[in-house]
Amino acid sequence: MTDIAATNVRLTARYRFSASHRLATPALSADENRRIYGKCNNPYGHGHDYTLEVSVEGPVAEDGQLVRREELDALVAERVLTLLDHKDLNRDVTEFGGRVTTTENLAAVVRAQLEQHWTLSTRLAGLRISETPRNTFSWESSR
Amino acid sequence: MYLTRKAEFSASHICANPQWSEARNRAVYGPNANPNGHGHNYVLEVTLEGEPDPVTGMVFDLRELKEILNQEVVDPMDHRFLNREVPPFDQVVPTTENLAVEIWRRVEARLRALPPAEKNGARLANVRLYETADLFVDFGGPAAL
Repeated sequence: MTDIAATNVRLTARYRFSASHRLATPALSADENRRIYGKCNNPYGHGHDYTLEVSVEGPVAEDGQLVRREELDALVAERVLTLLDHKDLNRDVTEFGGRVTTTENLAAVVRAQLEQHWTLSTRLAGLRISETPRNTFSWESSR
Repeated sequence: MYLTRKAEFSASHICANPQWSEARNRAVYGPNANPNGHGHNYVLEVTLEGEPDPVTGMVFDLRELKEILNQEVVDPMDHRFLNREVPPFDQVVPTTENLAVEIWRRVEARLRALPPAEKNGARLANVRLYETADLFVDFGGPAAL
């Protein structure tokens, strides 16, 4: 397929992890925390089955692949899934650095983990994290 | 406005370069290099971009698009062994990337050949091919992305 050798494709792989968290910030009073975060402020926390989509983009290599699946899977497993799966985001994941464990901030943690440890020759193009099937947060790399 | 039509086909394939050793193919393609092949339920989403016709209210005739997808993709690929039965995959490794590009090429050629009145200014905007529910490739054409 020589005529498309220089053309870009985008590949997206989906992963899952389960974690607990509690939305609360010491910057606000207990009443304000309850008002802003509602049920998510329950003192004992609660959990979700998150899904994470990682997208890479670039030209197809000579082997017909944009990325070797096992390399992408290994990177995501090592840098993201082991950090988050079956963990309590507030207590176990120091990468939040005191930030509230909203899915917005979770997406930023995942992005930082991937960017910091990115070893693939293709470009990280975007992320999507669903907290539940009804709530999805995404980040798109600028080109 | 974008219009997306979905189609499914199930096919088997081997991702391996016949010039390479089995060990090298395993390293590059992982379990997809199994010499006896394996299969997937592929899900295809083809997206056209255009403006709704002022009279019909349609960007493109969905029956026509369904027919094109059947003729170019589902009929030749469904329940086939891609490497053995579906050119160019006797020569080209049928990775999901290469499949998405080949499907683009086939569908785009059909759209290009339509008379302008039937085409209504619509253009192929994206081909998304799911190999599994958890892995898909998007191809937006040679000049896109």
